[in-house]
Amino acid sequence: MQTSDWLQLALFVGILALITKPLGLYLVQVLDANGRTWLDPIVRPIERFSYRLMGVKAEQEQDWKQYTFAMLLFSLVSCLFTYAILRFQHLLPLNPQGLGALSPDLAFNTAVSFTTNTNWQSYVGETTMSYLSQMVELTLHNFASAAVGIGIAAAFVRGISRYSTKTLGNFWVDLVRVTYYLLLPLCLVFAIFLVSQGMIQNFKPYTKAKLTETFTIQVPKLDAKGQPVTTNAVVMVQSPKLDAAGKPVLTNGVAVMIEQPQLDAKGMPVMTNLPVMVDQIVEEQVIAQGPMASQVAIKMLGTNGGGFTNANAAHPFENPTPLSNFLQMLSIFAIGSGLTYYLGRMTKNQAHGWSVWAAMMTMFLAGVLVCWWAESAGNPIHHKLGLALADGNLEGKEVRFGIFNSALFATVTTAASCGAVNAMHDSFTALGGLVPLFNIELGEVVIGGVGAGLYGMLVFVVLAVFIAGLMVGRTPEYLGKKIQSYEVKMAMLSLLVLCLSILGFSAWASVSEWGKAGLNNNGPHGLSEILYAYSSATGNNGSAFAGLTANTPWYNTTLGFAMLIGRFLMIVPIMALAGSFGLKKAAPPSAGTFPVSGFTFVLLLIGTVLLVGALNFLPVLALSPIVEHFLTAQGKLF
Amino acid sequence: MTHQAPSLFDRHIIVPAVGESFKKLDPRLMIKNPVIFVTLVGAVLTTAGIFTATADRSFIAQLAVWLWFTVLFANFAEAVAEGRGKAQADSLRKARKDTVARLLKNGREEKIPAPSLQKGDLVVCEAGDVIPADGEVVEGIATVDEAAITGESAPVIRESGGDRSAVTGGTRVISDRVVIRVTMEKGHGFLDRMISMVEGAKRQKTPNEIALTILLSALTLIFLLVCLTLKPFGIYSATEFSVPVLIALLVCLIPTTIGGLLSAIGISGIDRLIRRNVMATSGRAVEAAGDVDVLLLDKTGTITLGNRMASAFLPAPGVKPERLADAAQLASLADETPEGRSIAVLAKEKFNLRGRDVAPALAHFVPFTAQTRMSGVDFQAHDGQPARIIRKGAAESMRVYVDKLGGKFPEAVNTIVEEVSRSGGTPLVVVEGKEVLGVLQLKDVVKGGIKERFAQLRKMGIRTVMITGDNPLTAAAIAAEAGVDDFMAQATPEQKLARIRSEQASGHLVAMTGDGTNDAPALAQADVGVAMNTGTQAAREAGNMVDLDSNPTKLIEIVEIGKQLLMTRGSLTTFSIANDIAKYFAIIPAMLMVTFPAIAPLNIMRLASPQSAILSAIIFNALIIVALIPLALRGVAYKPIGALAILQRNLLIYGVGGVIIPFIGIKAIDILITTLKLV
Repeated sequence: MQTSDWLQLALFVGILALITKPLGLYLVQVLDANGRTWLDPIVRPIERFSYRLMGVKAEQEQDWKQYTFAMLLFSLVSCLFTYAILRFQHLLPLNPQGLGALSPDLAFNTAVSFTTNTNWQSYVGETTMSYLSQMVELTLHNFASAAVGIGIAAAFVRGISRYSTKTLGNFWVDLVRVTYYLLLPLCLVFAIFLVSQGMIQNFKPYTKAKLTETFTIQVPKLDAKGQPVTTNAVVMVQSPKLDAAGKPVLTNGVAVMIEQPQLDAKGMPVMTNLPVMVDQIVEEQVIAQGPMASQVAIKMLGTNGGGFTNANAAHPFENPTPLSNFLQMLSIFAIGSGLTYYLGRMTKNQAHGWSVWAAMMTMFLAGVLVCWWAESAGNPIHHKLGLALADGNLEGKEVRFGIFNSALFATVTTAASCGAVNAMHDSFTALGGLVPLFNIELGEVVIGGVGAGLYGMLVFVVLAVFIAGLMVGRTPEYLGKKIQSYEVKMAMLSLLVLCLSILGFSAWASVSEWGKAGLNNNGPHGLSEILYAYSSATGNNGSAFAGLTANTPWYNTTLGFAMLIGRFLMIVPIMALAGSFGLKKAAPPSAGTFPVSGFTFVLLLIGTVLLVGALNFLPVLALSPIVEHFLTAQGKLF
Repeated sequence: MTHQAPSLFDRHIIVPAVGESFKKLDPRLMIKNPVIFVTLVGAVLTTAGIFTATADRSFIAQLAVWLWFTVLFANFAEAVAEGRGKAQADSLRKARKDTVARLLKNGREEKIPAPSLQKGDLVVCEAGDVIPADGEVVEGIATVDEAAITGESAPVIRESGGDRSAVTGGTRVISDRVVIRVTMEKGHGFLDRMISMVEGAKRQKTPNEIALTILLSALTLIFLLVCLTLKPFGIYSATEFSVPVLIALLVCLIPTTIGGLLSAIGISGIDRLIRRNVMATSGRAVEAAGDVDVLLLDKTGTITLGNRMASAFLPAPGVKPERLADAAQLASLADETPEGRSIAVLAKEKFNLRGRDVAPALAHFVPFTAQTRMSGVDFQAHDGQPARIIRKGAAESMRVYVDKLGGKFPEAVNTIVEEVSRSGGTPLVVVEGKEVLGVLQLKDVVKGGIKERFAQLRKMGIRTVMITGDNPLTAAAIAAEAGVDDFMAQATPEQKLARIRSEQASGHLVAMTGDGTNDAPALAQADVGVAMNTGTQAAREAGNMVDLDSNPTKLIEIVEIGKQLLMTRGSLTTFSIANDIAKYFAIIPAMLMVTFPAIAPLNIMRLASPQSAILSAIIFNALIIVALIPLALRGVAYKPIGALAILQRNLLIYGVGGVIIPFIGIKAIDILITTLKLV
């Protein structure tokens, strides 16, 4: 935890604070159908032409049901379109590697993943996706899903800032304007900057490089049909060594663990089919090529996170310099941060916008500090062995970025529903890995996904105002609008959906054969991997804890549903909430209304997020990272 | 009817409440409260677990006992709150003894039992009769003892016509004879409504209560999910979570504290209102009172003492003050109103002029009429004294009067009139013959302490609007003196109604008081309409509250009670949710300790054993309900210190306190049960 790191953190937060207002002001113009920007001379004609092409009446606003229906329709069509392309990519152009079609479950998972702004990737990009698939489909979704998220947030803000109105804006107009005026221009500039840093942008076939030092890897042995050869073996588990009396044997107060065969109810060893591994000598390396800069720009700005390569932002091509790393992190937060200013501007309560921002930042900084501290402290087992005392936990990290930039990136990407990674979260210490997991389970309301973070946070604002409003002795009002049973119902419904999807799917996977088959690690760490996968999918984050072999029909399908639930079953009650707010007339604030800004409100909001949003996950977290932390301290690894 | 709150430990309430707690275990009743219903199901399952368990029977049995207690304590809280209402209802019922009504039919009296009276029937009541039903006096005037409902022993006047015509069934006529038209049928009368209200029989959940119930139910559902999925997570981790332990965790996490006390809070809110002699027609109205941010208050009786008093003699140029005072006093001799008397008193105080007996033959008093808009006295010439014609009245009418007689209305008097008006007084011009003597200043006397009261209201976020029939100048001056935020001068009932509508249209919630029939539309329109019990039946029907003391200032207390009701709910919800942190720290390490001994550092309370930890959390969870019953019944204290300050105070007490207290409580219980070797 060096001074330079502290300075970088201060710089990060400082620059973010500085760009929030200009971005927010720009968003005000973009999200207003009649807004004016300096791009109008060029873009306005294209915008008008697009409306004519789509047959959209731009001046006609929609009520919450029409808006939501348009959004669902758009998502469904684009999802099916993607599914088709992925299934037929071997027949389509721009496929110099001759990559084959995706399996139905993987295509479903991937199409859903990119439609929902999750960008969970069950595949390895450079060996699965043709350039066409990457560009037309994935990049397209990166723009569209981000624009949808921002549109929904804008519709929600319109709901709370307008009075006695049914309409919340026009979905098609929001989609078009956000893409044309915000995402495309920003990405163009950002992509050019990334290229200047050394990021590649080409359509060349992959190149090969001869290794100076060959090495051997173990790969599954395949039979003539290309199926892995398996052998029946005893399943081994780690368990405490017991003495004659059946008590655990302790050394220095630590239970001694031994590997023992797992026994079934009858006391017989459990057998399972394990793949037979053979050695393979690696002499050359394939180096992936492709149009990376254009995809990376939107992957960050749109909090999509889907990497062009499997290594994502740890890959030297996808993240060439410290500056590109810094700006990538900043771009993840940029739009989400600007949206809080937009909130303040639209509700004519800038202090409210900044208070929401402050609550987000407080939780963000707490996360960064814990993660950074845990990673710097390193692995206690290393300490005992006298290894790498000064370095902290460098396993799974890109040495170019080191502890701090990996911890900061991990916190940013999970706080913001981005999911791009520059280090492997699976290799973080138990507590260091708890932070990204916890961030996602908070509902990604710490800045959050573009748009999604704001509307997610506003649900908590509604709940905080409801409870606190009662405490001051009035029917709770949010910006002059009464919070009644309908609003509470919708707000709680969205939380319930989140909780149901994460806990339900994780519980199912943790006890099912298909679930456990995907694990590369057992014990609490394995549970963290499952929990992380479903949290990431439901939260539409898309980052992976890795370590989980998720490209199986069961995982692909269940994760796909988790993503659909986490996106659309959240949005529908939230839009209903927005619609109901829009209908309300405003009660003017008085001394009896407590202000939704200032220190007390920020604390209240954080308290609500933690107590109502996150407390539910504490029991299962206790069984995964928390217990792992204590076990690691005792010298046990997983 | 008693008007003092019974002691919290009144044996007559506590003992039956214990029985009620068991009666309320009926699942059909329990389902209305989802949080406690889940606890009940948990208690049943745990009880079954005693018999199916192979080990730890005593532990499971103790868990079951405390789960049952949790449910019973919640029922007990409700039963106590209802019991306090019932005690009042019983004393009201005594007043509802069936009486014999003297039905007037075609001019003939007929005795029939009161319950068979129909709406529209005419009944006769004489001194000593109990009024058989709610109605309106259509003939005569009588004094009525309304102690049965108001607790006030001083009798009140009820007369036909005007604003004091409503009578309530169950009250007793003390003098004279009246004919009453029945306006309410048996069972729907005022007393019946009051009884069902205090008993909570017709209690419906109020909007905020419904919203809160949804929040609590959703939280319950979420925690149910948490505990259900913990079972498979346990299987994965090779940890057996037994059903009783999972139920214990569930019951600790769901908001049982607020769930158990929610209905008690609602019932006691209405109870508190009734103790202040205010009858609300619904709980909704009480809750709305907490939201009110505009109060329309009648000037007379609420802001001022009700009668204007003479406060100064301001003579016209060249007229001696004594002469003006003398004339004013003479003109007011026959005026027995407080206003008239105050003139005589002022003349005596200032100039030592005594009230004189004037032979009726010599003096002819001219009473005030709406046509002339003046009053006065005519003296015949006698004993060498010249005849005198004295008149006093509003400046406008006096000017016309003087002009007609050919006199001159001095400009200086005009100036005085305007000054008096501007300062909030009412100017009366006194004229003798055709000479203008000067101006008599009448002033409203603003009630003591009312300004402070309004300042408090302002801090509560409530704007006060004074309504008066005075002219704008006078109204502005009184408004300034009383410290109201706004005023409506020369207000007609239509204007009042329009004002309420426009306030509501801009999002305000409006409360007002009224007593006259012409107030009825406005009372009905207002979100909280408090009718005076002395008012007409129409007004009482239109409002959603009736103040039995007929004290307009009580609106302020009503607002406070409404606010207290919401604050108590909000504070206990916060407390309940904040409690979860400590319970997690008690139960989670206890659940994992067997499989993962390494988790021990998480047991930050250093609870003796897993079983004692779980049991302590459950015991704390049950006992906290009982401990908070007094608070639920009394309500969280309300101080008009501004919303932010209240929020900070309550967040500190119930939020931060809610985090800390269970840590202490659970640890203490753990020490106790370990010492007693219960586990």
